[in-house]
Amino acid sequence: MSEAGYQPFEVKRVPELSGAPPHRYRVAIIGAGPIGLAAAIDLAQHDIPVVLLSDNNAVSTGSRAICWAKRTLDILDRLGVGERMVAKGVTWQTGRLFHGHDEVFNFDLLPDDGHKMPAFINLQQYHVENFLVERAKEFSDLIDLRFSNRVVSHEADDSGVRLTIDTDDGAYEITADYVMACDGAGSPTRKRMGLSFEGQSFEERFLIADIEMHEDPFPEAGRPERWFWFKPPFHEGQSALLHKQPDNIYRIDLQLGPDADPELEKQPDRVLPRIRQVVGDKPFKLDWVSVYRFRCARLKQFVHGRLLFVGDSAHVVSPFGARGGNGGIHDVDNLCWKLAAILKGTAAPTLLHSYEEERGHGADENIRHSAGATRFMSPVSEVERMYRDEVLDLAADLPFARSLINSGRLSTPCALTGMSLQTTDEESTDSTDFKPASSVGCVAPDLPINSEQWLLPLLGRAFVVLVVDAQTPADLGALPGVSVVSIKASEVATRRYGKGVFLIRPDQHIAARWPADHADVQAISRAMKQALGAGQGLAA
Amino acid sequence: MSLITDNNLGPDADAVYTSLLDAMQGMDAAQACRFNTRLVLILLNQVGDPSVIREAIRLAHQGINEQ
Repeated sequence: MSEAGYQPFEVKRVPELSGAPPHRYRVAIIGAGPIGLAAAIDLAQHDIPVVLLSDNNAVSTGSRAICWAKRTLDILDRLGVGERMVAKGVTWQTGRLFHGHDEVFNFDLLPDDGHKMPAFINLQQYHVENFLVERAKEFSDLIDLRFSNRVVSHEADDSGVRLTIDTDDGAYEITADYVMACDGAGSPTRKRMGLSFEGQSFEERFLIADIEMHEDPFPEAGRPERWFWFKPPFHEGQSALLHKQPDNIYRIDLQLGPDADPELEKQPDRVLPRIRQVVGDKPFKLDWVSVYRFRCARLKQFVHGRLLFVGDSAHVVSPFGARGGNGGIHDVDNLCWKLAAILKGTAAPTLLHSYEEERGHGADENIRHSAGATRFMSPVSEVERMYRDEVLDLAADLPFARSLINSGRLSTPCALTGMSLQTTDEESTDSTDFKPASSVGCVAPDLPINSEQWLLPLLGRAFVVLVVDAQTPADLGALPGVSVVSIKASEVATRRYGKGVFLIRPDQHIAARWPADHADVQAISRAMKQALGAGQGLAA
Repeated sequence: MSLITDNNLGPDADAVYTSLLDAMQGMDAAQACRFNTRLVLILLNQVGDPSVIREAIRLAHQGINEQ
């Protein structure tokens, strides 16, 4: 990356060490990676002041998380950086899958049209962090950004969490109503608490190399592709991945096997010949190299009283499917409106149980998918390897076998259908009015409103009653804090929604729906109370 | 739909069984293993119904455990 990206952030002396009187904070966030920064912005957009504590003063070293999926882009668009990310990022178009020398098949990575955000972009984590820091600075009265402020201990009770923080100017203490631990896979907060982080470890070692290369390796210049090899001819017996990031940076992942020596494999005299075998004789320079092993693990509980685990501190997955960074942003999306409602007194603290329920489900789904991809890529026995190889062999001719090839099931939002906050469809609901894409618990599907406007940016932040090709129910003004969005029938609206009235949560998920003639202000009010945790099992 | 355990091949059962054996004739153990793997994959897709497949897996597994 350019030198400018590594400019350290300004470290200021904190008021606590300048003689200011003690201040009680609403929310303290530990960690200023993408998850902590996104959480700070989301809470600020709900008018909740936060203090963000980072143990360092720069963006991440190396590109790290680079794949951002559509749902994550929708969320980051709600947070004000989505358009910037898409403008800077590389939008994938073609994927190619190779088995040995041969291309097994290629596929189009673009989804059906009529969505503001693309299916996926590649963008280095340090760019995302820079965009989020700049966005966070726009909330100077709500977000107190404290770089090089390292939390060294904490003490939580029923009334709040007390943090001890170390700085170059000395140590100080603060108390916050809630603390969000966004401090990553090695979470010091989690370790201090001695919480068990259970899961499965994998023996395979992988090499990640980012190279800067000005000649395009893909056959059609200007059309970025994603190439995945099983048994690449240049790297015996393993898998390899090549895809493009902005600024002519290419990411190469090489599966090294379980016996690789991580220190040895990082040396340029080992790395460079491997890369030359992928990209040929095009000139390139190494930007970042990392050798890693991974595991799939999660905390049993994400909510520990007033201390909340978010992102990698709560759950880690293998990188296949890009479910780490994306899953963490989904956590933020799920948690922040709930925390804001609790702090504003419109919901009881028990609403946090639904974060556990909904994101626990998300973490399990992400772990299941990423473990499945890992097993396909690193078969654990000879017979598993044989099945894998025969799937690859059959896939050249038989479409069904292509769908069994698993080099990572790319991150998609999980459905929250049937969970506590959602109102199940009335039994009398005539399902022919509705389409599966807009079932209760799903993210509201996007669609174009006109040539300049999209639906999703109109949803979120507050509860919305979305009326699709139907009469707006009377007296909705009686519902506090609810806005109404009404859209006309269109080919896309009919295909994704059908027609009716939908209650949309602040995280753009559908909490309830009714056929037009069943939607009245009482039913909507009941569903909203349930979505704020008043339902069974979540009563205050 | 549940797994069919009665004869579903009718009067052709013997001929179908023979064609399966014929296909593997002359193969060494490794080739036969590959062949069977491919055949399982193709038939799994033909059956489709996950509950039927799980039932078949359970039945096949049971036989192995009993030995």
